[in-house]
Amino acid sequence: MSENGFEPKIIAFLCNWCSYRAADLAGTARMKYEPNVRMVRVMCSGRVDPSFVLKALALGADGVMIAGCHPGECHYLEQNYKAMRRYYMLRHSLRALGIEDERVRLQWASAAEGAQLASAINEMIDQVRKLGPLHWRQNWSENGDHREAISRMPEEHREAMEVPA
Amino acid sequence: MTEQSPANKTKPKLALYWAASCGGCDIAVLAIDDKILDVASIFDVVLWPVAIDAKVRDIERMPDQSIDVCLFNGGIRNSEQEYMAQLLRRKSKILVAFGSCAHEGCIPGLANLYDREQIFQYVYRDSPSVDNPQGIVPVPEYQAPEGMLHIPVFYDTLKTLDQTVEVDYTLPGCPPEADNIWAAVQAVVAGLGGAPLPPAGTVIGKDTTVCDECARARNEKKIKAFKRTWEILPDSETCLLEQGLLCCGIATRAGCGALCPKVNSPCIGCHGPNSGVEDFGARMMTALASVIDANTPEEIQRIIEDGIPDPLGTFYRFSLAHSMLRRSVLPGGNGRALPLTESPVPEVSR
Repeated sequence: MSENGFEPKIIAFLCNWCSYRAADLAGTARMKYEPNVRMVRVMCSGRVDPSFVLKALALGADGVMIAGCHPGECHYLEQNYKAMRRYYMLRHSLRALGIEDERVRLQWASAAEGAQLASAINEMIDQVRKLGPLHWRQNWSENGDHREAISRMPEEHREAMEVPA
Repeated sequence: MTEQSPANKTKPKLALYWAASCGGCDIAVLAIDDKILDVASIFDVVLWPVAIDAKVRDIERMPDQSIDVCLFNGGIRNSEQEYMAQLLRRKSKILVAFGSCAHEGCIPGLANLYDREQIFQYVYRDSPSVDNPQGIVPVPEYQAPEGMLHIPVFYDTLKTLDQTVEVDYTLPGCPPEADNIWAAVQAVVAGLGGAPLPPAGTVIGKDTTVCDECARARNEKKIKAFKRTWEILPDSETCLLEQGLLCCGIATRAGCGALCPKVNSPCIGCHGPNSGVEDFGARMMTALASVIDANTPEEIQRIIEDGIPDPLGTFYRFSLAHSMLRRSVLPGGNGRALPLTESPVPEVSR
């Protein structure tokens, strides 16, 4: 745990054929990795639309991992290449919004790579813990001084000078 | 048009309002040509700041739900606009988000890449056309010798109309096309006569994308490099995206008749996403990722970074304020915010 008690929430999208099995393998082999990650199984990393990642961040995730089969080993031939292109496209946009690269990670993990996936998860959690919370929704709430201004308006309109007809 | 003549009492009431917008939507209403006379004869126009002299306090005194239709254009940039959105919501039976600013924030929404302080710094101090030696910026309260003066509070983040109040219908476009405006007016008139109205939340327009209305020939899309519009002279027969131009038609709601591709200019996405899509930019990213012809990280990054120097201006030109992330990281945003509740409009005594 970090000094200020912050524990990141990471959403991980794992492909059914490689990465989710890697996570299973890590489990059956009793490998330990940190409990900050919430896993979502998808059929393929190519199923992960950028909007899944954006939504996770907007709803309070501190980071998102997309994990799939190694390039060339996709169960659906080449959809992980599509995932890779989407990932770089998304990273390009997230940088422009000021979101650090470490918060969204693309990870290849074959069904035999339980240990590698576990260490990638630990590494990512560590990086995001250092970055601190994202708290994205707080970016768009105003600091409150507008409320008084709004409540004042009907009175101001009443006081406004009546123009004689 | 505001006098309460006996004839006006039986006419349905129409209000048009503008918030953070350029004024183009008000002009677009006039693009329905002589049908504007029909609008004036069908409706009693109770509020339209660009055209008639009606007072907000008259609206405040009206009973709730007494305006039949309100066409509201513009985003919510300050407290006065939020007040008007809440007021008109309360007074109107049908509230229509009219045009891209009210729908998605549009160009004013791109200011969500900055905060109030940065915007003021540029607009009131740094802009080359500004002469402001004392560095004066607007403050919501100012003590003048005559008394306390108030101006609206400027927000850090522009909101869309549906992020502020409940919206019944949305008329997309920057600005909406005359045909769609007229169709919407006719639908509303039919609805007032008892015909069934579309379900609340409907975006008036087509469900498909601009590609559906575009006559250009489409073949296999494989792109090695994206081009800016000034770099090539596109041929007028082939899909613009296939020619390397970043055409947003693939993600944009149809309804305009592919106006821009028709004149050799790529679609820039002013109608927002097609039905069922929440985040326009994510849709664009997905679609473009599928057509990039590269499989190594280095080449993919080169194509993306060289070809799309301004990803947000490209993917979110009209929709940043309405996207899932709504804005960039707000400096000092983390932890400083208040709970996410909004105060209701205070009751006005009549």
